[in-house]
Amino acid sequence: MTATGTEVETMTFAEAIRAALSQEMEADERVFVLGEDIGVYGGAFGVTTGMLERFGAERIRDTPIAEEAIVGAAVGAALCGMRPVAEMQFSDFTAHAMDQLVNQAAKVHFMLGGAASVPLVLRLPFGSGTGAAAQHSQSQEAWYTHTPGLKVVMPSNPADAKGLLLAAIRDPNPVVFMEHKLLYRSASGPVPAGGEPIPLGVAAVPREGGDLTIVATGIMVSRALAAAEELAGSRIEATVVDPRTLKPLDEATILERVRATGRVLLVQEAPRTAGFTAEISARIAESDTLYHLLAPVRRLSGLDAPIPYNPDLEKASVPQVPDIVQAARALLEDG
Amino acid sequence: MSRGRRRERERVTTLASSADDARRVLATMWTIRRFEEAVDELFARGLLYGTMHLSIGQEASATGACLALRDDDVITSTHRGHGHCIAKGADLGRMMAELLARDTGYCRGRGGSMHIADVSKGNLGANGIVAGGIPIAVGAALALKLTRTDKVALSFFGDGATSEGAFHESVNLAAIWDLPVVFVCENNHYGMSMSVTEVSRLERVADRAAGYGIPGVTVDGNDVDAVHKAALEAVATARSGAGPTLIEAVTYRWKGHSKSDQNLYRTREEIESWRARDPIERFEQAVREAGTLDDNELKRLRDQARDDVREAVRTGQTGPPPSPDLLAAVYAPSEVDALSGGER
Amino acid sequence: MPEIEVPMPKLSMTMEEGELISWRKHEGDQVRAGEVICEVNSDKVEMEVESPADGTLVRLAAAEGEVVPVGAPIATLDTEAEDLLGGILDAPAGEAAGEAAARPDGGETAAPPPTGEAPPADKAPQPPGTGEAPPADKAPQPPGTTEAPAAPAAGPTRAVPAARRRAAELGVDLAAVRGSGRDGLVRVADVEAAAAPAPAVDSREHAVPSSATLPLRGAEPGAGPVQAAPAAAGADVEAAGADVEEVPLSPIRRVVARRLTESMQSAPHFYLTVRVDVTNLLALRAELNQQLAAGGQDLKVSVNDLLVKACAGLLASNRELNVSFGGDKLVVHKRVHVGVAVAVDGGLLVPVVRDADQKSLTQVAREAGELVERARSGRLGADEMSGGTFTVSNLGMLGVEQFTAVINPPEAAILAVGAAGPEPLVTGDGQVEIRQVLRLTLSIDHRAVDGATGATFLAQLKDVLEQPLRIVA
Repeated sequence: MTATGTEVETMTFAEAIRAALSQEMEADERVFVLGEDIGVYGGAFGVTTGMLERFGAERIRDTPIAEEAIVGAAVGAALCGMRPVAEMQFSDFTAHAMDQLVNQAAKVHFMLGGAASVPLVLRLPFGSGTGAAAQHSQSQEAWYTHTPGLKVVMPSNPADAKGLLLAAIRDPNPVVFMEHKLLYRSASGPVPAGGEPIPLGVAAVPREGGDLTIVATGIMVSRALAAAEELAGSRIEATVVDPRTLKPLDEATILERVRATGRVLLVQEAPRTAGFTAEISARIAESDTLYHLLAPVRRLSGLDAPIPYNPDLEKASVPQVPDIVQAARALLEDG
Repeated sequence: MSRGRRRERERVTTLASSADDARRVLATMWTIRRFEEAVDELFARGLLYGTMHLSIGQEASATGACLALRDDDVITSTHRGHGHCIAKGADLGRMMAELLARDTGYCRGRGGSMHIADVSKGNLGANGIVAGGIPIAVGAALALKLTRTDKVALSFFGDGATSEGAFHESVNLAAIWDLPVVFVCENNHYGMSMSVTEVSRLERVADRAAGYGIPGVTVDGNDVDAVHKAALEAVATARSGAGPTLIEAVTYRWKGHSKSDQNLYRTREEIESWRARDPIERFEQAVREAGTLDDNELKRLRDQARDDVREAVRTGQTGPPPSPDLLAAVYAPSEVDALSGGER
Repeated sequence: MPEIEVPMPKLSMTMEEGELISWRKHEGDQVRAGEVICEVNSDKVEMEVESPADGTLVRLAAAEGEVVPVGAPIATLDTEAEDLLGGILDAPAGEAAGEAAARPDGGETAAPPPTGEAPPADKAPQPPGTGEAPPADKAPQPPGTTEAPAAPAAGPTRAVPAARRRAAELGVDLAAVRGSGRDGLVRVADVEAAAAPAPAVDSREHAVPSSATLPLRGAEPGAGPVQAAPAAAGADVEAAGADVEEVPLSPIRRVVARRLTESMQSAPHFYLTVRVDVTNLLALRAELNQQLAAGGQDLKVSVNDLLVKACAGLLASNRELNVSFGGDKLVVHKRVHVGVAVAVDGGLLVPVVRDADQKSLTQVAREAGELVERARSGRLGADEMSGGTFTVSNLGMLGVEQFTAVINPPEAAILAVGAAGPEPLVTGDGQVEIRQVLRLTLSIDHRAVDGATGATFLAQLKDVLEQPLRIVA
């Protein structure tokens, strides 16, 4: 029995995603899930635990290790009226499936002059911090945001994960849904039971402050919030903006919040060069917002290096809370 | 007439011996032939943009296979997809308009030859990526099965595609899930320039089927009746829920891979020898021998095809150019179900 | 039998013409459809041309070695075969398609690679006949994400980044600066105009020169361009100690240092000097002032006023000097505004006499007098110090014989005036006379103005000054 929107349950990130999947599968028989080890195993990160029992093997489909076929089958099924939710076990494996994602899913609607649409969701567990090393730890949102025809979503907390996944499943376009692995178990929070979709393309502002604006994505949002708390101890108040959807980007909110403080720190886990924060920087620089800046745009990103195995080095490869604090302080001294 | 010859006639001329079938077959094959010739000429005169991949010489495989399908079955096609599109019942005018990059084309001028599609007739599209359509056909078959229809999907691809990982993964997935899909490999002996004998140790592409535990059959791709028979059987297997089949139709393309092909990888003699075994001429001969249609009728069918293609060129070129608002064309505002052709 | 023309075929996407290399068939030969009739070279690639149909080659229309455009006939074929497209193609048939087809595109876009083929062209081919594609930088985002038009927003002032830096250096409160840019955008000039000199002196808004020039004191007469100290200068200077006292820069000094450096570093200066016999000029001045006094006018016309008026008139007729270098263009000023350099406490200010060419000599003198007075008492407004198109800088009162001045950007020239003094001059009839002579040195921005132009101006100026009635004529 679904509850009203006001009823709220504390859930982990993984549970919230499962809740969204289950809710949609209950409501819409066109929705089905496919991926490696998602059935009996419950998914490599336990996201689909229990769903095989609840929905059966037809709609919770284990596949061989065949990423291209997984995504391609999702494309074909979506073209023919289904709403597949495909999973890549690790986002890094999407490289196998790039043709079906980039050349097919993203482009069919355009190439066919609007005669068909591809309402699929591709869920990608991504990110570093589990010792999985270089080939199982990447953050490649820049690839997907760079591809016309795809939408890209990166929730930072359980409630957003659920609401955004509902929206993603209902979107008639292919949506890449990026789930930071570290959040699955560690992020816990209130999630509306039942609940409405959160529209794609709308940013959230989880914290307000007048001294600087921090724009962060994925797991960097919670790190930014933690940094902001620490900075507040030194009377430095930060606004934190969480874009939530990377594409289409809620540019207006970001620019407005940058203008309000004149100082912006962009934080991403992904490697620096040509990362998504470069896009946000460009949007700031090419708009009137430039004239409000009191200091140059500051970016904090992962190193331009594969993620290493050694745990200290792994941590040091991507921004941590102290790095954000330090960058914010430096930003206030700039300009 | 000797018994041997009579048996031979019966075996090879089933389509040829039915007037209705014969008309349909010839209409389709001639239309494909004339359409491709028109495209060839338009391109030669500098009137078509990009490049074209012509299926002249391969009419029988497209025709025979699609004849075994129902209208509500679906296909995916290749970069050499004009023939498949026509055999699946497309409107020639809209095809030509697409090649002429008009808004009235199937893809509104945005897709071109390699992405031509008529979803209302179950053609989910030609594909610019070799083997790109194979996983999609498998996904379509999955949808058809999940929704409890008895429709089937048919995937056209070439010998070159069988080297792609997507082929392997897709056929395997279809096999283990018993999906209602028919895989039709049009083996025209060359990828772009690489001979099929060089890309695999197997004698026959159909031998690969054993690797997936599904039936594989090789037929003379220039014998429209043979292709048809094999397709009928495979479609029946799929429709019954017994899973996929791999059909290898051995054929040949007269023209180069694309318009830039210098034919350095094959000899004129080879091309000539295959042109001498024109699949359309062959079927007409079978029809004549069976006495099904007379020469007047044969000519009428030929002329009709010519006229239809001419009409298509005439109307195709009158279309307006597409809207320059490309950004609005990227995302679908709401779902468009290809099969029902409308919004859901 | 009916005849059809065999055109030079388009054999690749970018082909526009082909060179006929060799005929494989001869006139009169029977050919079959698909049989090779000739070889053609295009884009360094050799291709074979096939006969479109069975028939007889009745005529070869192109010679070996001839270059034929795509679509033009190379042979005539007598054939029973139908001309499939005969008569149904539009006259420049599908001209849009043809144009687009002829547009060069980097390599073959359309061929799908089996494996390892060259990637397609990086630019998407435009559909033929369309207008331009939507500009790449304007992405209409879903509602709510477009950039709102610049409206006064809460938070920091809208200021050009360089203006912020300048404001920080000058100690100016950006929020109090009135911006002259679009929608109140604060520019560098606005900040400089708003900067106060020594804050301890006065709380009134003091104007800092929008364009400060410093004559290079002590420069040798006729010296060439003086190298400006690099912006990072000061590195060699010894630190404060017993022998050295550090004095913080006043706002004017700071501005002047920067402007001076910029001017010398970006504008290639060259200098033209001329000696002027000002005997008549001085006499005219004396007479003018006598008349003014006699008429009860509390006004004295100075040599400088005469120079300003003379220059203004000549600038109106020598527009090539009344310009600014605009990077990729020359900005020609339609009006003449002459700045007058005034030494003040702590630096130099340059108030501007606007439309000096339109005003009478006495008007110019009166205005200049007032501006100088206000400059000395720190009451000049920002608008009174901006917009100049030329500057006159006079160190004659300090006894300097000749000097070279630094151009006041964005102007293209500045006139440095030396002291008048008695000198022997050779007159027209070969006699030596003692005359009053001063030296003028014109500094010119060589990016905007050439030597001949400057020389012409200077020569005309000399003429006018030596026949001074022409100043008021």
